Amino acid sequence: MGKNNAGFLWLLKMAWRDGKASYGKLLLFVFSITLGVAAVVSVHSFSRLLKENIALQSKSLLGADYVIESDKPVNDKVQGIMDSLGGSDAKEINFLSMAAFPGNNGTKLMEVRGVEGGFPFYGDLETDPSSAKNSYLDNGALVDATTMLQLNLKTGDSIKLGAVTLPIAGALENVPGSTSVFGAIAPPVLIPFQFIENTGLVQTGSRIEYKYYFRADEGQDMALLSEKVEPVLDAEEADLDTHLSEARRLGRRYENFGKFLNLVGFIALLLGCVGIASGMGIYVQMKIKSIAVLKCLGASKKQSYLIFFVQIACMGIIGGLLGTLIGYGLQQLFPVLLGDLIPVEVEITLSLQSIVLGLSLGLAMSVLFALYPLMKTLYVSPLQALRVVQETQTRSIRATALVGLGIILFVFGFSYWLLDDLLRSLFFVGGLLVVFLILTAVARFFMALLKRFFPYSWGFVPRQSLKNLFRPQNQTLVLVLSIGIGTFLISTLYFTKDMLLEKAAIEDSANSANMILMDIQSKQMEAVSNTIEASGLPIIDKIPIVTMRVETLNGRHVEDIRKDTTSQVGRWILNHEFRVTYRDSLIGSEKVLEGEWVNNFNSEGDIPISVSSDFANMAKVNIGDPVSFNVQGRIMNTAVQSIREVDWSRLQPNFSVVFPAGVLENAPQFGVMTLRTPDDDTSATLQQTLVRDYPNVSILDLKRILSLLEDILAKIGWIINFMAFFSIFVGVAVLMGAIYSSKHQRVKQGALLRTLGAKTSQILKMIAIEYTVLGFLGAFMGVVLAVLGSTLLAWMLFETTFVPSAIPFIVILPAITFLVFALGVGNSIGIVRNSPLSVLKKEKE
Amino acid sequence: MSKILKVQNLSKTYRSGEHDLNVLNNVSFDVDKGQSFAIVGPSGSGKTTLLGLCAGLDTTDEGEIWLCNENLMGLDEDGRALLRNQNVGFVFQDFQLLPTLTALENVIVPLELRGVKNAYEQGRELLEKVGLLNRAGHYPSQLSGGEQQRVALARAFSNKPSILFADEPTGNLDDDTGTRIEELLFELNKEQGTALVIVTHDLELAKKTDKSIRLRSGKIEETVG
Repeated sequence: MGKNNAGFLWLLKMAWRDGKASYGKLLLFVFSITLGVAAVVSVHSFSRLLKENIALQSKSLLGADYVIESDKPVNDKVQGIMDSLGGSDAKEINFLSMAAFPGNNGTKLMEVRGVEGGFPFYGDLETDPSSAKNSYLDNGALVDATTMLQLNLKTGDSIKLGAVTLPIAGALENVPGSTSVFGAIAPPVLIPFQFIENTGLVQTGSRIEYKYYFRADEGQDMALLSEKVEPVLDAEEADLDTHLSEARRLGRRYENFGKFLNLVGFIALLLGCVGIASGMGIYVQMKIKSIAVLKCLGASKKQSYLIFFVQIACMGIIGGLLGTLIGYGLQQLFPVLLGDLIPVEVEITLSLQSIVLGLSLGLAMSVLFALYPLMKTLYVSPLQALRVVQETQTRSIRATALVGLGIILFVFGFSYWLLDDLLRSLFFVGGLLVVFLILTAVARFFMALLKRFFPYSWGFVPRQSLKNLFRPQNQTLVLVLSIGIGTFLISTLYFTKDMLLEKAAIEDSANSANMILMDIQSKQMEAVSNTIEASGLPIIDKIPIVTMRVETLNGRHVEDIRKDTTSQVGRWILNHEFRVTYRDSLIGSEKVLEGEWVNNFNSEGDIPISVSSDFANMAKVNIGDPVSFNVQGRIMNTAVQSIREVDWSRLQPNFSVVFPAGVLENAPQFGVMTLRTPDDDTSATLQQTLVRDYPNVSILDLKRILSLLEDILAKIGWIINFMAFFSIFVGVAVLMGAIYSSKHQRVKQGALLRTLGAKTSQILKMIAIEYTVLGFLGAFMGVVLAVLGSTLLAWMLFETTFVPSAIPFIVILPAITFLVFALGVGNSIGIVRNSPLSVLKKEKE
Repeated sequence: MSKILKVQNLSKTYRSGEHDLNVLNNVSFDVDKGQSFAIVGPSGSGKTTLLGLCAGLDTTDEGEIWLCNENLMGLDEDGRALLRNQNVGFVFQDFQLLPTLTALENVIVPLELRGVKNAYEQGRELLEKVGLLNRAGHYPSQLSGGEQQRVALARAFSNKPSILFADEPTGNLDDDTGTRIEELLFELNKEQGTALVIVTHDLELAKKTDKSIRLRSGKIEETVG
């Protein structure tokens, strides 16, 4: 026997005919897919556009084609290299310093940039008035526009930097080379290069950066330039940054965040797919008679299967297309949500890549997740057209396993494409599977428990409600899954943000500092102490700092190590000027991981030092290994005596290298002091005094930094929450789909109950209890899983103890439970709207 | 006269919970081409099961069924589906129109499955024949019971079947409508030379057929004609 003559066109026709009559249900499936695709497409496309725009605007970001920079005046060799490159086209000296504004007694930590020449060569120096960008070069300063607003400054007011007082030529709105995040802590002030010397701020301990800007020749190969010049500059402790490397560096900074958001979006899509799978199951169940009739009329198993397969594929394509368009619209919101956290203006466009991504995701995900419920069509007996037949054939285990494997492989493949990291993708898929499995197990266990210990003694209404939770075609599993995952996501993100802030927060105790004074010359230490103590404020700590560079590691000179291409030692170790302290005890942010802490050292031989675990990892040194340092010309031989774990996230001075007391006391040094001010007014008064008397001392107001950090986290949190709420939106779509799919059965059940004497209010109460229980169970499991997940994150990633905030329990849990209740009841009003007679008559027909 | 349906020593057992339920026991009969044939019997006597097996909707446990010279035992599910599409028509007690298809679309499904080019044209002709051309674009839920059964008749005859199986075709209709459907059924049967196998409780209807069997507890109790 062959096969019938109906071809693919007939399948399309049948899919269309059947689909147009069931478009309400199908639209809800499309809606689930659409939201998920929109989430993924918007994040993916925006990340790509951001990267592209950074690359396009890389020259404007740097202000030049390339720059050579060093944290000390360049030596003859570097000067020779620069000369061979045709000489720099502009130069800059920059450092952090306190600026005083005599007009209103204001002070502020600022990034002083002394620039000359035609800098910037690319991008705009945006000033108000615009003429100020040229006029300041004669005798003036351009002050960050936000600072001017905050301190109520205007053009013509004075700014005092060290010994120099300059008139403010205008507000600086944008300058290449200053990042907005750093700029919020130390906003930029531009002054002519020739005034830098006179400020008197360039002295020992000042963190000074020397920059030489270059314009490239036409067609000059930046990669080749880096390859040739960089190793030589490295050896001389200088560095080359081309506009391309700058773009890469910036791109990487945003890439991880983009990847994270992509995963959040992807989870929303997965949720939508769970909804599709569940909805499709009910949809196919409703179509069993039709499938049986089609088989009676001669349609093959494959044909009856393909009719619904075509429908779901079309839904996937439509969902993908709509999702792409909505994703395009959503992208427009990202620059608003992220504000000045992004370094460039991003022009939002709809690319072919986004359309292909949206369409293929919509199609692949909906088809993959519908395969399992669609398999049921294969086992429908044509005899069902004549009478109700007990289903004898079950889905083949092999086919079920293949579908499951296909889903896992696709999810893994897509995660790998997003993350480009095998281990992280495995963790992501593994974690997701665990959450899915736990939620599934809880839902099933709950149903089994309810069946086993059913409260028969309860009243009619609660008994009927609870029965609905495990009746045939119940929604318990799919709703617990979708509500649980959405709540899990939102709560985990909330806990994580909490943890980040908790770690950065200043302890509110008398012993913890909220102000750090830096760059205090050793001869100023006593006078500065006196000034602070005269204000009645206690100094918490005085930290001496000696600058030094690594000379040898395990007996090998850094020069040798630089030349050794196989060496694993980090460049940072070889090139960095370390700020080292000495003391006789550990501080709160440190603990010894290996070796033994040495308090004092007064004997001959190698000095026993303590290094941070990061230093040890990058320098490839262990306990006992010799390291020698060049301390301003003098070589000091040391040996690693202990390796410390340092909590760098604490807002306090921490050190990679710590010497014992008794060694560096007489070395040229400068100091840092930490203190605690009781309020903003005292803090402002002290800052004014210090800036007036000790202009070289920089002041970090930790309270201000913390509030900036909170601002940044709030902005990031906004966009993360925005994406997480997508999961809730998808959850809502899944919920509505589930309610809609089972409406027919509920309408009939409601009509029968009313015929038998149940009141409308009783039926509504039944529905209310059912959805409240479902909402609570899903949301509660979501929060509990979030607590478990956050505990793991705290333990493995943040290395801190996690104390969960009550907010998810007292706000998120009740809010989501109420949402589910409201949607459930709101969508079920129709059940009691029609008279029982009309429902039963229709049923009979 | 050649046989369109030949049933020999047919038995069927279903599992019901812990017990086996012997629904048909050693049933044999045959139907000639163009002949009308009735299966009567009380509820639970195995009539519908016999009809389903004869049409290849299920498989037998014992015995053989030859439908249009094909041994159904030798065909898989898709093979039986193709045989139905080419040779068999169906009329069900509860009409079984596809609810998401219009009247015309329901009628032409068998034609489209056969790859007939002018399916719509033929479908309209058939609807005209059953007096429902003006309802071609209506969905089943918009038609009365009698109208739905007339559409089902048009669908059943659309592929010019050699044999038509009808399960209580008038069971869900009032007397007047039922009579009109019976007349239409026999009219089409004569006009197209289609053999007719009707399962019914209605002895008056059974009397109108050329031959009938009475089933009781899965066995043939009586053969008439």
